[in-house]
Amino acid sequence: MIETVIHGILLGGLYSLFALGLSLMFGVMRLTNIAHGDQIVISGFMGIAIAAAVNINPFLLILLLVPCALVSGYAFQYFVLNRTIGKDPLPSLVITFGLSIIAQNLLQEIFSANPRALDTGGLNTMGLNLGGDTVVGVLPLIILVCAIACTFGLQWMFAHTALGRSFRAVSDEKDIAELMGLNSARVYSMATAIAFSLVALAGLFQSMRTTVSPTDGPNLLLFAFESVIIGGMGSFWGTFLGAMTLGVAQQVGFHFDPGWGIWFGHLVFILILAFRPSGLFPKTKG
Amino acid sequence: MTRNIVAAVVAVGLVILAASLPFWGEAYWMHEFVMVSCFFVFAMMWNLMAGYGGMVSVGQQAWFGLGGYFMLALANLGGVNPFVAIVLGAVLSTLIALPMSKLAFRLQGGYFAIGTWVMAEVVRLTVANISIVGGGSGTSLTAFRGVSRALRENVTYWVALVAVVATIVLVYLFLRSKQGLALQAIRDSEVAAESQGINVARMKLAVYLVSAFGCAIAGGLYFVSNLRISPDAAFSVNWTAFGIFIVMIGGIGRIEGPVIGTLVFWLVSHYFSDYGTWYLIGLGALAIMMTLYARQGITGLLDRFLGVDLFPTRRVFVARKVEAKPAPAARVYNETAGVA
Repeated sequence: MIETVIHGILLGGLYSLFALGLSLMFGVMRLTNIAHGDQIVISGFMGIAIAAAVNINPFLLILLLVPCALVSGYAFQYFVLNRTIGKDPLPSLVITFGLSIIAQNLLQEIFSANPRALDTGGLNTMGLNLGGDTVVGVLPLIILVCAIACTFGLQWMFAHTALGRSFRAVSDEKDIAELMGLNSARVYSMATAIAFSLVALAGLFQSMRTTVSPTDGPNLLLFAFESVIIGGMGSFWGTFLGAMTLGVAQQVGFHFDPGWGIWFGHLVFILILAFRPSGLFPKTKG
Repeated sequence: MTRNIVAAVVAVGLVILAASLPFWGEAYWMHEFVMVSCFFVFAMMWNLMAGYGGMVSVGQQAWFGLGGYFMLALANLGGVNPFVAIVLGAVLSTLIALPMSKLAFRLQGGYFAIGTWVMAEVVRLTVANISIVGGGSGTSLTAFRGVSRALRENVTYWVALVAVVATIVLVYLFLRSKQGLALQAIRDSEVAAESQGINVARMKLAVYLVSAFGCAIAGGLYFVSNLRISPDAAFSVNWTAFGIFIVMIGGIGRIEGPVIGTLVFWLVSHYFSDYGTWYLIGLGALAIMMTLYARQGITGLLDRFLGVDLFPTRRVFVARKVEAKPAPAARVYNETAGVA
């Protein structure tokens, strides 16, 4: 049982990387990107394609792809999504939903429907003995550490930097923030740029740890979303802990029956929504 | 007035002509019509939610699939006539929608959309674990054993026709009613509507339930015609994707939107669905382009350039001419002068 929980926490590390970007975009501009999960998959496939073309260390891929995601996120928000910002969530939902369908079918056209993985040179099978019979994978541990660092970094940035202050300002009161001289279009674009970078990182880790296939996106989006709601909106540590809870719930489900893992996670989400709608770790900060 | 009478006569004539199709048309046409009418009813319901109720859902496939499964279970296991089972199944689906709505309404905007999607997935995975309706691989509708194929196809067609006409007429009457006006007021501003005494929460719940009922009818009808059901087909998010496409192409927040959108969707899928992935990529791209550049869809463009409005449900504010009053400024001046 302890082993199940440890594996759940390690899985939660990956899920929190999925969830942080979603949490950031919703927090700053009430924007929900339905193509979020598909972008994780795209990033994984891009890593796989580049690794197939040139022999490159998977961690160097991160240094290559994350800046690309940063730029594309900024441009996408600035030129497309900013046109849809407003009281009505419909336009941005339809656009990102359309993108999700395009992404899934393009990936299927280019890479076929088979699941693929990014070669890590044996890193994904390396284990660390924690004493007794408990062995944890080195790669999941790296991912968890990375997730903690990203959560800490985001929370620190929100609290202590000028960019974080401008995120909070446009989130609280966009019009007044603009009167104070902020350019909300640029602030929004920065938020999406950071969210996309996190997505790129998450996608590379996902394809290193397990596999990616073109139709995985929607499920990954749902995991990210569930992590945010379980944790409670308004704080990145909440999202992080929500992802841990979801990871453990899924591992417990898998433990009983291989077909129950995802279902179990969904049920925990439903229970939280029914009995603790503000999440397990609510905080009105950030 | 005469224009309305002419329109009504034409509409009734069209319905009578359509109803007589089994006597002169081909079975293929009837099957095609039944399929298209399921998409149409589904899209009308999505339009009611998003275009009038301001609730963007990505989880309407939950009710579509449940409608199909309840119909199948009632007909196969309960011995109910499948056509009666469509309606009973829709009632049961609506009963399940009631507690689910409480959960969904705890989320706002985009999170409402994804929340409804999670719920649809929960329903799909739950149904996939129920072995009596075939589990993950699904099952077939066997209740029609012994019924002649022609009779089955004709009745299915008529039921589909009734569903289409009833959906248009009922949604039209509803939007013209006082409740319809309240709903459109909520869409424009929830706060303002609430302050005018409209019970926003009750209105939204009503729309959510009506929409679940309609989607379940569409699902029951689809699988009566299709005879084979599986969780992946019944609860596919593609149902909502096609619904969104139909509404965004045709025009959101109008009754004629889904009508025209369904016609376009039918033509496009008829000629291009063999292209598989590229067909879906095209649909997605078209929906994005419409949202960015023509948010009111084809009917919006028709309305703007030709002034055509087939189902007038919008209320136009006409300012009455007010007789010119003497300029108040002069009086103020006099009064001030008098005081001084």
